[in-house]
Amino acid sequence: MTSSREPLLITTPQGLFCPRGDFHIDPWVGVKKAIITHAHGDHARYGSAHYIASLEGQHVMRTRLGKSIQLQSLRYGEVIVINGVKVSLHPAGHVLGSAQVRLESQGEVWVASGDYKVAPDPTCSPFEPVRCHHFITESTFGMPIYRWTDTKIVAHEINRWWLSNIQEQRTSVIFAYSLGKAQRILAGLDAGLGPIFCHGAVENLNGAYRDSKVKLPETQLAGRGNERQIWKSAMILAPPSAQGSIWLRKFGDISTAFASGWMMIRGARRRKAVDRGFVVSDHADWPGLLEAIKLTGAEHISVTHGYTSQMAHYLNNHGYKADVLETRFTGERIDGNSENDDPLELEDESLQSDPSKMVESEN
Amino acid sequence: MQNFVDLYQQLDETTKTNRKVAALQDYFSVSSPADAIWAIYFLTGRKLSRLVKTSLLKSLTIELTQTPEWLFNECYDIVGDLAETIALLIPESSTSHHISLHELVEDVMQPLKHQSTDDQKQAITRLWNLMTSPQRFVLNKLITGSFRVGVSEKLVVRGLAEAFGLSPKVLAHRLMGEWEPTVEFYQSIISKDGGEGDLSRPYPFCLANPLQADPQTLGPSSAWIAEWKWDGIRAQMIKRNNKVFLWSRGEELINPQFPELEHAAQALPNGTVIDGEVLIWKNERPSTFVDLQQRLGRKKVSAKLQKALPVCFMAFDLIEFQYHDWREKAFSDRRHQLEQLLHQLPHISSDKPSTPSLFPELESPQSQVMIQLAQTLDFDHWENLAITRQRSREHGVEGVMLKHRDSHYEVGRVAGGWWKWKIDPYTVDAVLIYAQRGHGRRASLYSDYTFGVWDGGQLVPFAKAYSGLTDEEMRKVDKYVREHTVGKFGPVRHVTPSLVFELAFENVQLSGRHKSGVAVRFPRMSRWRTDKTPEQADTLDNVKQMLQQTTSLTKDAT
Repeated sequence: MTSSREPLLITTPQGLFCPRGDFHIDPWVGVKKAIITHAHGDHARYGSAHYIASLEGQHVMRTRLGKSIQLQSLRYGEVIVINGVKVSLHPAGHVLGSAQVRLESQGEVWVASGDYKVAPDPTCSPFEPVRCHHFITESTFGMPIYRWTDTKIVAHEINRWWLSNIQEQRTSVIFAYSLGKAQRILAGLDAGLGPIFCHGAVENLNGAYRDSKVKLPETQLAGRGNERQIWKSAMILAPPSAQGSIWLRKFGDISTAFASGWMMIRGARRRKAVDRGFVVSDHADWPGLLEAIKLTGAEHISVTHGYTSQMAHYLNNHGYKADVLETRFTGERIDGNSENDDPLELEDESLQSDPSKMVESEN
Repeated sequence: MQNFVDLYQQLDETTKTNRKVAALQDYFSVSSPADAIWAIYFLTGRKLSRLVKTSLLKSLTIELTQTPEWLFNECYDIVGDLAETIALLIPESSTSHHISLHELVEDVMQPLKHQSTDDQKQAITRLWNLMTSPQRFVLNKLITGSFRVGVSEKLVVRGLAEAFGLSPKVLAHRLMGEWEPTVEFYQSIISKDGGEGDLSRPYPFCLANPLQADPQTLGPSSAWIAEWKWDGIRAQMIKRNNKVFLWSRGEELINPQFPELEHAAQALPNGTVIDGEVLIWKNERPSTFVDLQQRLGRKKVSAKLQKALPVCFMAFDLIEFQYHDWREKAFSDRRHQLEQLLHQLPHISSDKPSTPSLFPELESPQSQVMIQLAQTLDFDHWENLAITRQRSREHGVEGVMLKHRDSHYEVGRVAGGWWKWKIDPYTVDAVLIYAQRGHGRRASLYSDYTFGVWDGGQLVPFAKAYSGLTDEEMRKVDKYVREHTVGKFGPVRHVTPSLVFELAFENVQLSGRHKSGVAVRFPRMSRWRTDKTPEQADTLDNVKQMLQQTTSLTKDAT
């Protein structure tokens, strides 16, 4: 009987759907009832009549989707019943308010993880393993070459880089996704080194984080004031789309860095054409994914977002029943630039100078 | 080695020349001579002969990390670099290895060459376990001989010159050619007094910039000397103390590949360095580059090959005469002296066949002219020269060189004195049919493409191209490839044929090895023809017409 029953979650053209509960998870278009795992643009879309998301993320959600959305906020672990399906949210450790969605119906437990990481992050609740039968995991960095360095060590590297820039009279600019990554980096900065300025997109979300009682160092909006002196010892945080923009010019001589898990690979680092690449990711690395999957105790794993086929193949060879859950983002990411596929930050991904365009020359 | 790893990372991370020079200067200021000379050795692209099989490194990684082979291959495909893939797969060790660079190379790496596979595995495992991931990466790069970083020899020289207050020109000269990475050699290159030791050393080559503007912008044409731009190997021919050295621009001694030239140069007076181009010369005109590659590929060339592919040194500059450095003299003076010099040699005058007695050991009765003086092209006006340039293909050359009469022989590519004015390439509109991921900076992007042209209603693969697109265009094509894959053969994706590109290339030749029957030289994407449908792309017949053009010209010249 169990096998012939319709799955608790299926994919539809609108996204992940629970037929028994008649609601969607992270739908791509407006629907009646949408449970949102977190506020990144590829998960939280406009146009749904009713949203359900975590209480921790309410300010961030409203900053992204507008004050007027109809939002039902749940505390982590709080259970509600939708058309007979028990629904609860559990911390995913990805960004502030990010949640795994636990569904229980007729003795069957499914968990849709959304995006998650297991590494510690002072700006959001830590990932909590949830026991289930069927686990839907992301696999953005689902290859064994991706192993993150301790967050504290990276924070130390960033501060050291900032200090050396100050000594060389250069302004430090870090490109980081404005929701989550930027705040995580902010939390690790040594504010004693110099003033911290943020691009409007980042500063906007800093406000939502502070409203949510997350402790961040003091920041100022970069844009007012024109005294060159200020910038010399400053740290600027900006979304990736600011790279190469006119806005950057006012800072004079700058040294640039990009903070992303993709910076693990030298080729990606070089394509970004920044001075430094810091490996900071809000996704789980390979050991993290395997550990998280193991802790769920799930027998059946669906893999989505990222290296889906490789991860599923590996899991099938290691005692799981794994399959690939197709998403609209066709499994394969375009490039290392779109860690969060955040449309707000993908406007300008144009890369720079191409040495391959130089034609050979003997003379 | 940590200093060297730090230096590598600093050089790798910045694109700014000044920061690179500063990093090099810092490194040389604090490093021991024994380490510094190895650093120079590797930074200037010199390699250790192969120490271990790369397959051993791969199997060792698979063994140590228990990564299935298919997964290893997938990882390699993403990273695009074996040394890096391995460095990333081996779990991070908390320790940093405190071995110095020269100890690492001399005591651990070089002995690997003669060790058994088991000993090699043991030694490498030990190193990996002791090292941080960045150290491991650099080690793997050195072991596999694929160490490269974004510095030219010129930059290394600048950093070294800054560190020791020496002239970059002197240093560049001292570092050229073949040398052993010893402390003694290092001391000699950083020594103040210019005891210019090695007789074999060539001068850094003077390079021309491509002329993109109208030649009118160069001022009166009378100030310029024009020559053909030959399509061979740039080389310096050196005769000092009765010894001959032939250096390619890639800084390789190519005497063994061209013994005839070595013989011919013996006729030069001692203390002479001539700059020119090595060409295969048949029927009074240069032959194809493919022919030249055949000679270059051999360690030794047989008499038969010498006869089948006769060689010539096309001399165009004199940079040392009577043991004096002539680089600061005006080009017109250097050229004049070169003419004088070559006229004194009986075998080079082209109106009279060479005196057989000069080369009795060569059974070449057809009086091959070994060292030729590159002719200058007469022109009164730029318009005249433009017309001459249009006839480049008939002469088997790539275009025209312009050299200012007063120009010095500069180090590297200095703007102003020398220009290359190449002919416009051939172009063909072709359709993207296969794509493959790139390597290095372009790993994980589908950036290597195969293009087809129409032949009887089918697209036949005709050229591969990797360059010419902007990064943004490449990302668009990459996206297209991912979304329009109709088949996969290993790493190659077969895509729906609908994108049309204008390909530019320098030459076209018959080829038995290519499916299309033709091979093109230096193909690159010159334009994305978004205005064209695949049906409007060119046909193989169009390409073959270009072929007829060049071959008929060759026959005419015969």
